[in-house]
Amino acid sequence: MKALSRIYNTLIFLFLYAPIAVLILFSFNDSKSRVVWNGFSLKWYEQLFGNELIMESLKVTLLVAVLSALIATVIGTMAAVGIHGMNRKLKKVFLTVNNIPVNNPEIVTGVSLMLLFVGAISFMNHTFGTHFKMGFGTLLIAHITFNIPYVILQVMPKLRQMDEHLYEAALDLGCHPVSAFFKVILPEISSGVFTGLLMAFTLSLDDFVISLCTAGSGAQTLSVTIYSMIRRRVTPEVNAVSTLLFGSVLILLILVNVMQIYSENKLKKEQRRAGVR
Amino acid sequence: MEKKPIINLKDISLSFDGEKVLEGLNLSICDGEFVTLLGPSGCGKTTTLRIIGGFLTPDSGDVFFGANRVNDLPPYKRPVNTIFQRYALFPHLNVYDNVAFGMRVQKKKKAEIAKTVERMLEMVNLKGFEKRTVSTLSGGQQQRVAIARALANDPKVLLLDEPLAALDLKLRKDMQNELKNMQKSLGITFIYVTHDQEEALSMSDTVVVMDGGEIQQIGSPLDIYNEPVNAFVADFIGESNILDGVMLSDYKVKFFGRVFDCLDAGFEKDEPVDVVIRPEDINIVPAGNGLTGTVTSVTFKGVHYETIVDFYGFKWLIQTTEYHPVGEVIGIVLDPDDIHIMHKSRYSGMFGDYSSYSEEFDEMNDPTIDLVDDEADAAGEAD
Amino acid sequence: MMKARGAAAPFAVWMAIFTVIPLGVVVYYAFTNADGAFTFENILSIREYAGSLLRSFWIGLLSTFICLLLAYPLAFSISRSKGRVQQTMVMLIMMPMWMNFLLRTYAWQSLLENNGFINQFLGWFGIPPIQMINTTGAVILGMVYNFLPFMILPLYSVMVKIDKSVIEAAQDLGSNTMQVFSRVILPLSVPGIISGITMVFIPIISTFAITQILGGSLINMIGDNIEMKFFGTAPDYNVGSALALLLMVMLLISMGIMNHFDKNGEEVGA
Repeated sequence: MKALSRIYNTLIFLFLYAPIAVLILFSFNDSKSRVVWNGFSLKWYEQLFGNELIMESLKVTLLVAVLSALIATVIGTMAAVGIHGMNRKLKKVFLTVNNIPVNNPEIVTGVSLMLLFVGAISFMNHTFGTHFKMGFGTLLIAHITFNIPYVILQVMPKLRQMDEHLYEAALDLGCHPVSAFFKVILPEISSGVFTGLLMAFTLSLDDFVISLCTAGSGAQTLSVTIYSMIRRRVTPEVNAVSTLLFGSVLILLILVNVMQIYSENKLKKEQRRAGVR
Repeated sequence: MEKKPIINLKDISLSFDGEKVLEGLNLSICDGEFVTLLGPSGCGKTTTLRIIGGFLTPDSGDVFFGANRVNDLPPYKRPVNTIFQRYALFPHLNVYDNVAFGMRVQKKKKAEIAKTVERMLEMVNLKGFEKRTVSTLSGGQQQRVAIARALANDPKVLLLDEPLAALDLKLRKDMQNELKNMQKSLGITFIYVTHDQEEALSMSDTVVVMDGGEIQQIGSPLDIYNEPVNAFVADFIGESNILDGVMLSDYKVKFFGRVFDCLDAGFEKDEPVDVVIRPEDINIVPAGNGLTGTVTSVTFKGVHYETIVDFYGFKWLIQTTEYHPVGEVIGIVLDPDDIHIMHKSRYSGMFGDYSSYSEEFDEMNDPTIDLVDDEADAAGEAD
Repeated sequence: MMKARGAAAPFAVWMAIFTVIPLGVVVYYAFTNADGAFTFENILSIREYAGSLLRSFWIGLLSTFICLLLAYPLAFSISRSKGRVQQTMVMLIMMPMWMNFLLRTYAWQSLLENNGFINQFLGWFGIPPIQMINTTGAVILGMVYNFLPFMILPLYSVMVKIDKSVIEAAQDLGSNTMQVFSRVILPLSVPGIISGITMVFIPIISTFAITQILGGSLINMIGDNIEMKFFGTAPDYNVGSALALLLMVMLLISMGIMNHFDKNGEEVGA
C-alpha cells in the first residue's frame, strides 16, 4: 500500500512539474523552437532584457505589486483590528463583504471595476474637464481591492489566537490605546501581517484577468504582455521570463522558510536550556 | 484600628447581552486590606474587579477612588494594576522588558528603571532571570514576573484575577503564603478574586461572598465561616448541613420535633429559619439518646471519614475520625455552639442535603437540561 | 477586549466604493439598454448562449470531478506523512501556484501541439501524431492542471485534522482498512470535499484564458463570452453585464449549497 501511494504521489508531482520543467528547459534553447532542442544558449535572456515592452511591463508589475501590497496591508490590518472587536452581527456583515472579492469570479470583479472606472472617468472628464483615463491609477486601485481581503484573512486568526488580556495589560500599565496597539498587539500579529503582505504581493504579481480589465491602454502588467505574446506566435523569450519569475519566487519562498526554521530552532534551543521543553 | 475606605462602589449595575451580571452592588474597600471577592462562576466577581480596573463601565452606579468619581477614567490613568489570570506577559519581550514596561511608558529614567526592576525581581525571587524569554518560564515563574511587573509601578491597589488557578496544588499553597506576606510587607491594598473558598479563608482580611451579581455577605474569614447569613454562604464555605427549623424564642430552636439550645437571638417568635450544623461539629454517640439515624455511606478521606447518615429522610454529612460502617444506627449529640441559625432566604431548600454533592450531578441525568451551553456561557463571558 | 471599530472605517469606505458599487453598476447595465432605458432584453438574450452555458457546465463538472479523484489520495497520503515530509510536500504542491498561470497553461501548449513534445515522443515509437491541442480534452487537462492544488489543499487541511485516535478507535472496534476509509475517513473529509469543489468549480467555468490558449477559437465557455462582450470586436456592455450577473447568481447558489452542508458539518464537530 505504501509503495502504491509513493508511486501515485510521484506521478502527480511529475504531472504538476513536467510542464514547468519543459518551460524552463526550453528557455535555454538555442533556436526559436519550443519543442525541438537545438543546444544550450542564453540568447533569449539577453533579448529579454532588450525587449522594451517586457521591461516596461515588468516595472509596472513590480511597482503595482509593492504599492498595492503595502497599502492593502495597512488598510487590511486596521480593518482586522476593527472587525475583531465588533459584535457578532456587525462582524458577520463586514466579513461577508470582505469575502466578495475572494469568491467572485475574477472576470466579474474585473468587469465591474472597469465599468465603474469608465463611468467615473467619463463623468469627471465631462463635468470637470479633466483628462483622466484608465492606467496605472485604476490598475493600482483594482489590485488594492483584491488584496485587502487576503490580508484580513491572514491577520484575523492571529488576533483571535492572541491572548486578549495582553492589550488590557498594556493599558493597565499605563499605555494609551494607540501606543498599546503598536507596542503589544502588532508584535503579536506581525507574522500574520507579514504573510498577508507576502500573499498580496504574490497575488498582485500573478494577476491577469483583473489587470486586463482595469489597466486600459495606460499601463500593462507582465501577465497582460505575456498573454498578448502567447496569442501571437511566441519566441522563447516568454520561457525566459517565466524561468526568471519562477526562480525568484522560489528563492523568496526558500528564504522565508529558512528564516522560519531558524527562528523556531533558536526558540527551541532556549526552551531546552531553560528546562521547559 | 480605623481603616479608611479608598475605593467605593455605589449601586453598580451591569448587563451583558441582555443578561444582568451585577445588580445594585455596594462595596467599600479599605486601605491596606487584603480583600477577597469569593463566589462561583458567573457570580460577578471578576466583573466587579474589571470595573475597578477600568476595563468595564457600569451601566449605572458610581465608582469612587477616594473622593473622585472615576467611571470614565480609562485603565491607563488609574492608580491600580492588575494581575491577570493567565498572566498576560508580553511574549515578544524578555523578563526585564516586561517588568520595565510600565515605567518605560511613564518615561522614567534608565537608571531608576534598572534599580526598580532589580528590586522587584529580588522580591519575587527571580534574580538572574532578566534576559529570559517568557516562553521559557514555568507557570509559577510567569506568575511572579506578572507580580513584579504590576508592583514595579507602585500601585496603591493591586487587583488579582484568580492568579493561582493555573498552578499545581502544592505550589498554589506556597504562593498563597507568599502573596499574603507580600501584601503585609508592602502595606498596599490587594483585591483578590477566587472561587476557591479555602484560598479566600486563608489569605484574606475581609471576604466578600457573591452570587448572582449580588453580595451575599461581607466579613472576616472567621465570621463568614462561623456565622453565615444564608444557606448559600453556609454551603459555599465549607460543608454544611442545613435544615428547616423554627425559632421558638431567643436561644431556643426546634427541628426534627425537638427543642435545642443555641447561641443565636434576635429572631421573631416562631420565625421559620435555616439551621446550619457543620459536619465536623457533630458528635456521634451510641443510638438511643437524642437524634438517631442510619449510616448510608462511608468514604475514607485521609483526614477523616465522610459519613453520610440518613436522619428521618434527610441526609447529613458527618466528618469524623471514627469509623462507623454502613447500616449502623447511630445517635448524635449537638452542643449549643454547634448550631447556627440563619434567616430564610431564596436559597433555602437549595442546599444542605447530601444526597449528592453538586447541582451538576443532579442535572447530568436530565435530558431537558443543556449543560454544554451553560459551560460555554460560564467560560466565555466574564463573570 | 479592544474595541476599535473606527479602525475598520477606511476598509468600509474602500469596499463600498470599489466592491459594492461596481457590482451595482453591473446590475444596472444588465437591466438597461444602450440608451439607458430599463429592459429585460439582455437577460433574455442569455438564451443565445445556452450552448456555451451547457458546455461550461459539463466541462466544469468533469474537470472538478477529475480534480477531486486525483487530489483525494494525494491529500490523504500527505496528511498521514511525518512532519518535515509533510511540510515539504505541501510546499511542493503550492509552488506551481506561485508560477504565473498563463505560463503554466502555455507550457501545456508546447507539450500538446501537433509537433509538440508528446507527439514527438510518440513519434519515436512510430505512432502518428494525435490531435490534442484545440480540443475539449486539452481544455479539461488545462483546467485540472491549474486547479489541482486548489483541490488538494482544502482536502488536506481537513484530513490533517482527523484525529489519529478516531481511526484507531475504528480499528479497535473491528474495522478493516476499507471500512475505516468508507465509514470514518470519507465522512469526516466531506467538509474538505465541499470546500475543494467550491474553490474549483466556479473559477473553472469562469476562466477564459485556458480555453483560448488550449482550446483555440472553437471552444467557448461563459468566461470567453463575457470577455468578448467587453473586449472583443463588437462590445456590448449590457449583454456582457447580464452574463456576468448570471455568473454571480450561479456563485451565490453554489455558496448557498456549500453553506447548507457546512452547517451540518459544523454541528457534527468537524
